Amino acid sequence: MSEVIRLTTPLTDEDILKLKAGDNVLITGVIYTGRDAAHKRMIEALEKGEELPFDVKGQVIYYVGPSPARPGRPVGAAGPTTSYRMNPYAPKLIALGLKGMIGKGKMSDEVKECCQKYKAVYFGAVGGCGALLSQRIKKAEVIAYEDLGPEAVRRLEVEDFPVIVVYDAHGGDLEEMGVKQYRVEE
Amino acid sequence: MRVIDVSEITEAIAKLCIEANYNLPDDVYEALKEAYEKEKSPVGKAVLSMILENAELAKQGIAPICQDCGLAVIFMEIGQDVHFTGGSLKEAIYEGVRKGYKEGYLRKSTCHPFTRANVGDNTPPVIHYDIVPGDKVRIVVAPKGGGSENMSMVTMLKPADGLEGVIETVVNRVKEAGGNPCPPIIVGVGVGGTFERSAFLAKKALLRPVGKPNPDVELAKVEKEILERINKLGIGPMGWGGTVTALAVHFEMEPVHIASLPCAININCHVARHKEIII
Repeated sequence: MSEVIRLTTPLTDEDILKLKAGDNVLITGVIYTGRDAAHKRMIEALEKGEELPFDVKGQVIYYVGPSPARPGRPVGAAGPTTSYRMNPYAPKLIALGLKGMIGKGKMSDEVKECCQKYKAVYFGAVGGCGALLSQRIKKAEVIAYEDLGPEAVRRLEVEDFPVIVVYDAHGGDLEEMGVKQYRVEE
Repeated sequence: MRVIDVSEITEAIAKLCIEANYNLPDDVYEALKEAYEKEKSPVGKAVLSMILENAELAKQGIAPICQDCGLAVIFMEIGQDVHFTGGSLKEAIYEGVRKGYKEGYLRKSTCHPFTRANVGDNTPPVIHYDIVPGDKVRIVVAPKGGGSENMSMVTMLKPADGLEGVIETVVNRVKEAGGNPCPPIIVGVGVGGTFERSAFLAKKALLRPVGKPNPDVELAKVEKEILERINKLGIGPMGWGGTVTALAVHFEMEPVHIASLPCAININCHVARHKEIII
């Protein structure tokens, strides 16, 4: 396993360029949540020339819809959702300066190309680990689209949030590398 | 004849919804521990170690195992000598889901197909009724996450495609799904009856204790063969490369129409939740 890299948000081009597919990263700072419904609204807002709920420059969006927080806790279970559903929206946000997405599964070639072109990274978090990941979230606050319930946009404060680099800004792809290494040809 | 007040069903369902979302079944936990021992990729091993730690944390009640607390899939096996009183059985089941998802701080994930407006109480559940001999009621609650359900499929193969065609279809489906359904997965395969019957069989296959082979020796062999082929794909935990892509393949089969070979594949993520009670 590679050594752990610690990053603090917002992220710079310099932060991004040093990352390679397969790197283990611990993220600290503010990140934002958004799933399908929130992305759809954000892109519609852009098309209408309206402002986004937050400035995406240098930021990280976490594809998650948490479960309700238990009393005394900032957030409920909060693991990643499947990222391909954000394929139609991610390129536009990356072009506006978004530096990172956190999710699970593959994204499109277009997203991969955008990561190279605009210096961004697609991070993977371990799916189905909602309880464990929620412990790394210290604060959660809904900042937009409250009516979407679990899909509302939240501002999260995270500490040492564990992710792995899936697509880096140099064309590296962890899934491609990993599957190639362990595939047994028949 | 035995009389059961439907309020008892509501309470049972609510409890099962909560338990299923916080306590990973022992058989799944053991299969994941075994996977951790077997996995050759260091990244895959790290993933499995997190998954095991997460199950412990959820059991302590910090939060559900996964934020996707699922659409409530409920199997009702009702003894034919049971008579329900106190109201509508269906409404009692719905109320159990509402209560369980509210009191358990579980995510409500049902929404309008097009406006995507959340229903707000995780109803309606999917209910499968079966009338069986006796005077007992067996209830199984199996919350099903969207990520792995999205990777499932039903296809109508040609009879000439045969068993090999079914195996190819299953392996290809898992390959295409990659990391999306949160591997290591459990693969339910249903071949039988009509379009919807095969889908039901694939779903039901997921309820079997993980890795327990089909009692039919020939089908057990097929399960083993498919599992081996899947684990040669190299997808690994979360799709980041590795030797354990699936924990088990469960195959259920019934006779089909002479013109048909329906084949359903239902994929379950590693959070393979199901809890049951017999009343």
